[in-house]
Amino acid sequence: MTVQQPKPSRIDWITLLLYYILVIVGLVCIYASVYKETNPNIWDGSQNYGKQLVWIGISSFLGLMILLIDEKFFYAFAYPIFGITIVLLVLVLVAGTTVKGSSSWIEIGSFRIQPAEFAKFGTALALAKFLSGYNVNFEKDRKIQLISAGIIILPMIIILLQNETGSTLVFTSFILVLFREGLPGWILFAGFMLVILAILALLMPPVYIMVGLVFLAIVFLLVVRRTSLLIWITVGVLILSCTMVSSINYVFENVMQVHQRTRINVLLGKQVDIKGAGYNVQQSKIAIGSGGFWGKGFLQGTQNKFRFVPEQSTDFIFCTIGEEYGFFGSFIFVFLYIFLLYRLLMMAERQRQKFNRVYGYSVVCILFFHFVINVGMTLGLMPVIGIPLPFISYGGSALLSFTVLLFIFIRLDANRVNELRGAFD
Amino acid sequence: MDNFAKQRTLLIIFISVALIYIARLFYIQVVDDSYVFYAQNNVLQEQTIYPARGLIYDRDGELLVYNDAIYDLSVTPDQVKNLDTLSFCKVLNISKEEFLATFARLKRQKGYSPWKPIVFQRQITIPTYAAFQEKLFDFQGFFVEVRTDRKYKHSNAAHVMGYIGEVTDRDIEKSDGYYRMGDFIGISGVEKVYEKELGGIKGTRYVLVDSKNRTQGRYKNGEFDTAATAGQNIHLSINQKLQALGEDLLIGKIGSVVAIEPKTGEVLALVSSPTYDPNLLVGRERGNKYMELLKDPTKPLFNRPISAPYPPGSIFKIIMSLMGQQEKVLNPSTTYGCHHGYLFVGCHPHGSPLQLRGAIAISCNAYFCQVYRSVINNPKYKHVEDAYNEFYKHAYSFGMGHALGIDLYGEGQGVLKKSTYFDKIYGRYRWQALTTISMGIGQGELGITPLQMANATAAVANRGYYITPHIVKKINNHANPNPEYNTKHWTTVDTAYFPIVIEGMQDVVEHGTAYVARIPGIVVCGKTGTAQNPHGKDHSIFFAFAPKDNPKIAIAVVVENAGFGATWAAPIASLMMEQYLTGKHDTRKALLERMLKDNRKPLNDSTTTKAK
Repeated sequence: MTVQQPKPSRIDWITLLLYYILVIVGLVCIYASVYKETNPNIWDGSQNYGKQLVWIGISSFLGLMILLIDEKFFYAFAYPIFGITIVLLVLVLVAGTTVKGSSSWIEIGSFRIQPAEFAKFGTALALAKFLSGYNVNFEKDRKIQLISAGIIILPMIIILLQNETGSTLVFTSFILVLFREGLPGWILFAGFMLVILAILALLMPPVYIMVGLVFLAIVFLLVVRRTSLLIWITVGVLILSCTMVSSINYVFENVMQVHQRTRINVLLGKQVDIKGAGYNVQQSKIAIGSGGFWGKGFLQGTQNKFRFVPEQSTDFIFCTIGEEYGFFGSFIFVFLYIFLLYRLLMMAERQRQKFNRVYGYSVVCILFFHFVINVGMTLGLMPVIGIPLPFISYGGSALLSFTVLLFIFIRLDANRVNELRGAFD
Repeated sequence: MDNFAKQRTLLIIFISVALIYIARLFYIQVVDDSYVFYAQNNVLQEQTIYPARGLIYDRDGELLVYNDAIYDLSVTPDQVKNLDTLSFCKVLNISKEEFLATFARLKRQKGYSPWKPIVFQRQITIPTYAAFQEKLFDFQGFFVEVRTDRKYKHSNAAHVMGYIGEVTDRDIEKSDGYYRMGDFIGISGVEKVYEKELGGIKGTRYVLVDSKNRTQGRYKNGEFDTAATAGQNIHLSINQKLQALGEDLLIGKIGSVVAIEPKTGEVLALVSSPTYDPNLLVGRERGNKYMELLKDPTKPLFNRPISAPYPPGSIFKIIMSLMGQQEKVLNPSTTYGCHHGYLFVGCHPHGSPLQLRGAIAISCNAYFCQVYRSVINNPKYKHVEDAYNEFYKHAYSFGMGHALGIDLYGEGQGVLKKSTYFDKIYGRYRWQALTTISMGIGQGELGITPLQMANATAAVANRGYYITPHIVKKINNHANPNPEYNTKHWTTVDTAYFPIVIEGMQDVVEHGTAYVARIPGIVVCGKTGTAQNPHGKDHSIFFAFAPKDNPKIAIAVVVENAGFGATWAAPIASLMMEQYLTGKHDTRKALLERMLKDNRKPLNDSTTTKAK
């Protein structure tokens, strides 16, 4: 059988265009954020923007390679790829290099790679393959649900051991994928309520919340038609919630690390820390806020020039957009990003193969999670969790892994017409 | 929920997040303009406020150490713009090559960042500072930081006070980020031991700075600033006048003096000769001067009184007299004859036989060899080892053979061997008193630092106890909180056995070997020592306390390679006790002059160390 090359017309050019727009925007922002009058050469390989340019080249080449590979490759090799990423993750745990407190890097020459980044598409492939297996019914089969959870949780545990809380949390975005594949909506809702409860529990004494919960439960039971089953469920949920509320402070004080507590306290406004986490967010808000409606213009951001914002070319790259292009630029940027996500969502839904669909949803959810946390963090709406903004932030590992993640999906999507034809053959 | 609805749910989540973020962006970028203000004032700069280091006084409140302003020229490399290198170098009086070399060196430094201020040149002179201030406007990115260094009012007690210097990388690591490159820290002496008390706590000031690095004002009215806490003042137990006299008396000699107030364990003087002027180890030249002192063959940096062990010589006879009585092998009327010595230990000519009191006054070697023999070969104990262990216990209880715990670094343990040491050399049960007989007169396997000597004297003066000697009397006007410095350490000898020995020590001064140490009107009790040593002439040793009743000062003097204890050590101790007790030391002019005029032992290169 000959390898089926995708016809150029079947590649989703809109997605590809959006990808390149974002990557170029990223490059410009990185240039602006590390720009020095003495060193304006964008081709300079010793500067971050020069390096990023090299990475863009490598990513494009890799993307092209992916588009040329037979799409069955990904289906066939999903488990081996997953296996390799797990092995790499464990390897890092044993022989990794520690950068800024997280021991998640492998050093090859002057370049460092972070296997946690690659674990994302490894997990996505494995999950897609598993769920698209013959006679697999995620909705009904408890065993299938447990194995799916296992595929997601295994890399999470290893990454958590590497002290990479941010990357670990990214894997929670797979819940949305499972939701699409049949996870009951109430679990999503319950998870949401759990987060709300946790935040409330940190903000006020647990007793108030418990009183409020009891009140809500009574109102609920008064309004609905009471069956004994419903009463028992309500009471059960109530007891569970109260237990959680009373234990959350314990977890917060005893399980979390100091810097994590500080970040959350700063976000909740309970603690002021103008040197650490609070300083970053404060500086980031000043940079974005000072952009005004139209922005200060390319290379005109004073906040970035004087390096008031730390980590500006990586985790806080959105500050450059906010400061130099103002509300206008930020609005367009958010719109572009959401448009990309929307486009990918549409593409995922139009897949005929379950493998392609699950993978597509994984891509969307991973990108979405990064976007929400990263941009939310710079706006002071989310805790400071060090994860990059896909396609924009400086960093080779991140750009490469997001490119691979996205291009595999573009490749899978380009084949859906062939599948259709195959069905009629 | 059908698949379409699920997809739509996700889409709704996406869009609501986008809307929330856009609303937030609209609020902080368009509605709220306070961020524009902060950005214009270009925001936060963190400035460190250095606390004044605590002052050091002597026991009577005389100021010894204070602070002096110094000026460091710092630079924020990223902010250097359009620098006129030529005029800059001219103001600083450096060449262009030096300028470039300095910059290159800074770049190699650990933790270098072009956006962080870094010291370009330390401790510029005041004229340079003035010239620089005028042109500061031309030299964007450069600024002057004011800090303080130490100044010493007197050139005494260098070994006690120690000195400060810049922190090392290890200090920075150990301090968990408190210290930063270029901060000062105590490096030796009281400055090091009491770094925490003297150092104070650094403060932080947050100021708003504009894009030209001009200060615009406090950040949020100083809400986040922390004030610096000044270091606490310290009163040493040293008496400055006594210390100065001790150092003068030891000019041209190698030796030590330690004086202690017996009742409190407070060290009144701690002299190490040759010494150096503490003012040498301040300022830009600190490093060079330090190397000079380090290379000096007379070792002026070596703190002899607390580190160097000497054979105690005859002063150990006092300890022997006490433990002999305690072991019930000796009483005041025990009589031994002397025929110019005992076995191979010689003795000078004197009347014989003698009782205990007379033997102390005359310092009869044979007598104390007999005492040692009767202690070690005591039939009460089954083995010689057991008897020796008692000997060890008694000597240990007078502070010998272990570091006492003075609040200075580098305290030596002295030498006091356990019985197992002799077992190893001679074999178990194969040695006895005569094998180690020279220990009875303070020679052989015995070593004692001048501090331990003075401490033992204090124990005798107190009739049976000592308090751990210490240098710091008060911190922030409160007594030194260390409980060790307020605890009586009782010796293993009963108080009842002391008076006869003290009578003997009085005889030593009144009509014995240390007649020269007599002070008119004050009853002095002492004991001379002339310690043989393999490195040359005998060490001259003397320890004493006065007055006999209610002693105020206990003192030990060692002058290396100077001969008899009575020749040098005793007069020096006598003059110092007189100074401390009467406030005068010039009533015996001839004696004082003989001590001061001592050129008997010229030291190589000692002129640099103590130029007065």
